[in-house]
Amino acid sequence: MNTPPGTPSALPAGNGDPARADAAGVEATGEEATGETVVEHRLHPVTPLRRAWAPVAVLIGWAVHDPDQAQRQLTRLTTTSLLLGLAVLLPAAALYGFLTWWFTHFSVTGTELRIRTGLVFRRTAHIRLERIQAVDVTRPLLARVVGVAKLKLDVIGTDKKDELAYLGEAHARALRAELLARAAGFAPETAHEVGEAPVRPLLHVPAGVLAVSILLSGATWGSLAAAVVVPPLLWLATHSLWTVLAVALPLLGAAGASSVGRFVGEYGWTVGESPDGLRIDHGLLDRAHETVPPGRVQTVRIVEPLLWRRWGSPRSSGAESGKGWVRVELDVAGSSNSVLVPVAPREMAESVIARVLPGVAVPPALIRPPRRARWCVPFWWRGYGLAVTDRVFVARHGLLRRSVALVPHAKVQSVRLAQGPWERFKGLADVHVDTGANKTVTARLRDADEAVELLHAQADRSRTGRGEARPDRWMA
Amino acid sequence: MDDAGHAAEGGAAGWGGVTGSAPSRDEPVWTGLPRGLLRMRRLLLVVWLVPLTVAAALVPGLLAGPGWAVFALLPLGLLLWGWPMLGRNWLSWRYAERADDLLISRGVLWREETVVPYGRMQLVEVTSGPVERHFGLAGVQLHTAAAATDARIPGLDPAEAERLRDRLTELGEARSAGL
Repeated sequence: MNTPPGTPSALPAGNGDPARADAAGVEATGEEATGETVVEHRLHPVTPLRRAWAPVAVLIGWAVHDPDQAQRQLTRLTTTSLLLGLAVLLPAAALYGFLTWWFTHFSVTGTELRIRTGLVFRRTAHIRLERIQAVDVTRPLLARVVGVAKLKLDVIGTDKKDELAYLGEAHARALRAELLARAAGFAPETAHEVGEAPVRPLLHVPAGVLAVSILLSGATWGSLAAAVVVPPLLWLATHSLWTVLAVALPLLGAAGASSVGRFVGEYGWTVGESPDGLRIDHGLLDRAHETVPPGRVQTVRIVEPLLWRRWGSPRSSGAESGKGWVRVELDVAGSSNSVLVPVAPREMAESVIARVLPGVAVPPALIRPPRRARWCVPFWWRGYGLAVTDRVFVARHGLLRRSVALVPHAKVQSVRLAQGPWERFKGLADVHVDTGANKTVTARLRDADEAVELLHAQADRSRTGRGEARPDRWMA
Repeated sequence: MDDAGHAAEGGAAGWGGVTGSAPSRDEPVWTGLPRGLLRMRRLLLVVWLVPLTVAAALVPGLLAGPGWAVFALLPLGLLLWGWPMLGRNWLSWRYAERADDLLISRGVLWREETVVPYGRMQLVEVTSGPVERHFGLAGVQLHTAAAATDARIPGLDPAEAERLRDRLTELGEARSAGL
């Protein structure tokens, strides 16, 4: 691979390790110069069929929207015109599907995943591998039957268009391994052979526990109660079948989504750990997989609904530390999944958090706001809490449904202090900490002097915290 | 109206003195906003509210009787209240470039102070609308990876805005870090 002089100057600055970045960049440009190692691939041949249901859905939607008109049109329809229509429509749809598939290419270079698509409007996406926040491989039910999968790289700014749908299952797995190996900083020649990193299972959620946890959450019962109570009341009030149906169906849908839907989605939840980072697998019908490379987690939240607290292992004397079940959520920039563990005993959840955020222990006790905070937020002021360790900023809110958010100092983008007139009268202030996943963690109702102190100390900590963070290319 | 203006400045100056005596911590050197911004905002206030006052006095006064002209007190009151408020708000805006981060402080009733480490800046924007351009003003807006970061400095001198932009970009590159 001959490298023309002066190529490193075209590189972006600030990738942590300039020497490594230079080397990778030179290789990449070398590849492009020789043009032999960049191989373009097409998606799996079943891809054109994935939109096959769309025209049918449009027809059904039209029929439901305007039944009279649809019936009139149907009676006018003769066999010949039907056949004629099909003879035109089917080849046209097939041609469109084929052409979009034919003109969609993707390739993996030393530093980027490139997706080239579009028949009329050309679109080329270059996704930088070192900016990967997570890799998702999803297999919806139908795709599982056919044996294909979707692959998506979560990078800030990518959207639905940037997913590779569909790939053969084996191909998707191999591609994920290769992308992760390249993003980790393996040399391009060896990235093929690295293969999948070994996984060490951390946690598996049994189906029984998941079912009980869903039965114990307020959202399930609230939506069920609404679905049962509201339609009869509405019937008594209006005696109009259409009104009742229009209200009852969405309510039933919401009830189903919050109970059965959640169970199906979170069934078989497995969290594993590999050198490539965190692996999350879940789903009963649609299987989803997410790999989050090391150092990509922006926030971790421990959520503790009221009814889960006394559940699970026998409760200890310390009410503050709690023993029950918790749910753990995580924020990764650009990723749509926000659950790390749907339900687990507290100790197990904390051991998982210790793997996700290395060296971080969840502080056992948080400091409440001063007592005068009750004049700003009656009762609920007791739910607020704050703790700062050398690695994380921890803030709690909620009295019945407690939620504790942990932000590593290195992930803090900006710190803000806000104070309203009433808070100032009481000598209190809020401190907001903004993270890269577009989430803000707030320590509410702190003493004003403490808040000013915290603002500046936190800014210093987040600036210096970056120095200890791992590089973007985690194997480098 | 002149009276109101003087009174406002007197009051506002006193208030500024109060914040000036805030506890000093590695002494950030605060910079206020240029007077042009206040002038522009007050002029806009007058341009909108004086014709409104006249209209509110004349239209009901002529059509429904002189008593109805009291409606003019509403925009007039708004004008007299807004004049000192703009002054106080203008005084409350200030920013400081420290060695490693930028501080922006603002607000009178709802106070807000933002700290953005230079290494987290993704993009620095200089904006200037037609009215602002006429008054020789430009705003600087900082973007980080978090959309909640609300770090903007309105109404700077264009030269100062450009200097700030260049300096922030330079410092941001030197301390740059990923997410």
